[in-house]
Amino acid sequence: MKTEKQTPMGKGPASGIPEIPEPEKAGGRGHQVVAERPKPMITNLKTVETKMKASQPAKPPAQLPPPSEDAEKAARMRDRARTFIMPVLALAFIGLFWEIYSSRTGVVLPGPLKTIHDSWNLIAHPWFDHGPNDKGLGWQLLSSLQRVAIGYSLAAVVGIFLGIVIGKSAMAFKALDPIFQVLRTIPPLAWLPISLATFNQANPSAIFVIFVTAVWPIIINTSVGIMRIPADYENVARVYQLTGSRYFFKVMLPSAAPYIFTGLRISIGMAWLAIVAAEMLTGGVGIGFFIWDSWNSSRMSDILVSVCYVGLIGLTLDRIVAKIASLFGTKGE
Amino acid sequence: MGDTNLDLNAEREARFVDISGVHKLFGSGKSRYHALAGVDLRIAKGEFVSIIGHSGCGKSTLLNLVAGLNLPTTGTVAVNGKEVNAPGLDRAVVFQSHSLLPWLTVLENVQVAVDSVYPDRNKQFRLEEARKYVEMVHLGKHANKKPPELSGGMKQRVGIARAFAANPQVLLLDEPFGALDALTRGSMQDELTSIWEKNRKTVMMITHDVDEAVFLSDRIVLMSNGPAAVIAKVVEVPIPRPRTREALLEDSHYLEIRKELLHYLIGASSHGSVSAAA
Repeated sequence: MKTEKQTPMGKGPASGIPEIPEPEKAGGRGHQVVAERPKPMITNLKTVETKMKASQPAKPPAQLPPPSEDAEKAARMRDRARTFIMPVLALAFIGLFWEIYSSRTGVVLPGPLKTIHDSWNLIAHPWFDHGPNDKGLGWQLLSSLQRVAIGYSLAAVVGIFLGIVIGKSAMAFKALDPIFQVLRTIPPLAWLPISLATFNQANPSAIFVIFVTAVWPIIINTSVGIMRIPADYENVARVYQLTGSRYFFKVMLPSAAPYIFTGLRISIGMAWLAIVAAEMLTGGVGIGFFIWDSWNSSRMSDILVSVCYVGLIGLTLDRIVAKIASLFGTKGE
Repeated sequence: MGDTNLDLNAEREARFVDISGVHKLFGSGKSRYHALAGVDLRIAKGEFVSIIGHSGCGKSTLLNLVAGLNLPTTGTVAVNGKEVNAPGLDRAVVFQSHSLLPWLTVLENVQVAVDSVYPDRNKQFRLEEARKYVEMVHLGKHANKKPPELSGGMKQRVGIARAFAANPQVLLLDEPFGALDALTRGSMQDELTSIWEKNRKTVMMITHDVDEAVFLSDRIVLMSNGPAAVIAKVVEVPIPRPRTREALLEDSHYLEIRKELLHYLIGASSHGSVSAAA
């Protein structure tokens, strides 16, 4: 096939700050451009691992003595045990050093044992409810998650829509891309005064901060995904007259899906980062404000427990989006 | 009156695909590339024409012009009396790189074409129609597999099924078997001839395999090396059909044509590599 222009082989959607290719260079626009399909950045390492395991021969050749199967099994068990034991050991070491550090005189930071002792009430009863200003950690996290869910869903809908628009239309790309490039570098909290002034209320303001934090990676990755729809698929769509909704669902969306999910995955992490900070300033029920409140009442151990929960929830959110992505996004070759 | 009608009809069938005075330039300014420089070619209805030439001589460009994926800079391309200005179902393409949609099954990939041909028929009919073409290329057992699970030859068979499912007037094959190993290629060629014998579609095929061209075609068009490629020579293949590989080897025409083609390709390749003797 005659190559009119060569597409620069990008690295796929980059984490955090994905580069947007110039529209002249982008694959999707010229239909004769032969573009190799770039791989999405985040590959699911877990899946690769399982696949490799599955591809190993199920049975050793018949001539080999049976013990080899046992040896293989034992090796697998050992490997699995290491996967669990090593992090636990590492955690134990860190805990030990932390304990030693905290036990020195003049150190304010409580050690792990003291933290658990002091905040046992908080750890053991996440769902207590003594009025609006005194709720368990479960409630705090739940209300933060609720805000993230609303802001993030809005960001996903708006981000994918705008991404498709600027990915498909060179005019829209030229018009909007410079604006987006500036807006996406604004730190989430810088939006807070603006949104407080606009909405006059804490809750919508926090949700807006989530939205405005999460929307840029989704827009940018979606538009890159749309622009990099391989020329082959575009040609198939043109020759076999896939138009309108058939083009949308059979060519565009599946082709861009890995990019869209990369954007969604970057965004969920950023949204969770932003909510904690936003809540510190807006108050009310929420894990961010709980941490701030604990700081004001010098409950260091409560802060530490909350921070652990924040980390675990953040990880869980990331894994959930990654799981959804592996179900929908990586069906391509 | 009847006679003139008949003549007009015959005239139209003789120039079913009508490429006249076609130039194609890519890019502009310094990077301007003159791919085709005045190509004239007529393909009659039901004729199987191969276009052969060295890599980069503009064969695929010519095919893309007929497909409507590109438009000529000057000159016209017409199919069945209508000027080509966009891709259409009347000109189905089998792509070099199979170009199946990897997230759809074999059946769904074929049904993409069927759905476009019969947007008004019910689901059941379209499904059966798609199944018919999947069976035609002997992939009935693999109808529900996705392209990544198929071998190269199977993928290309799906591409052929999809093209036939569009029920085109002209079938455009862009080096359809170029990426396959020699054995698979042979069996695919056999399959293609047997399908073609049944319905005699007008075919324009791009290839760089001399044997493939002789085995399948009624006429072989040799293109000169690019840039500014033109048609260098047209060779008739008067070998009777149906053709078989064994009979071909004993046919006196076969060796003669093969020699003529190779001679030209090697002669013209003093500044290019030969990929012809496959």
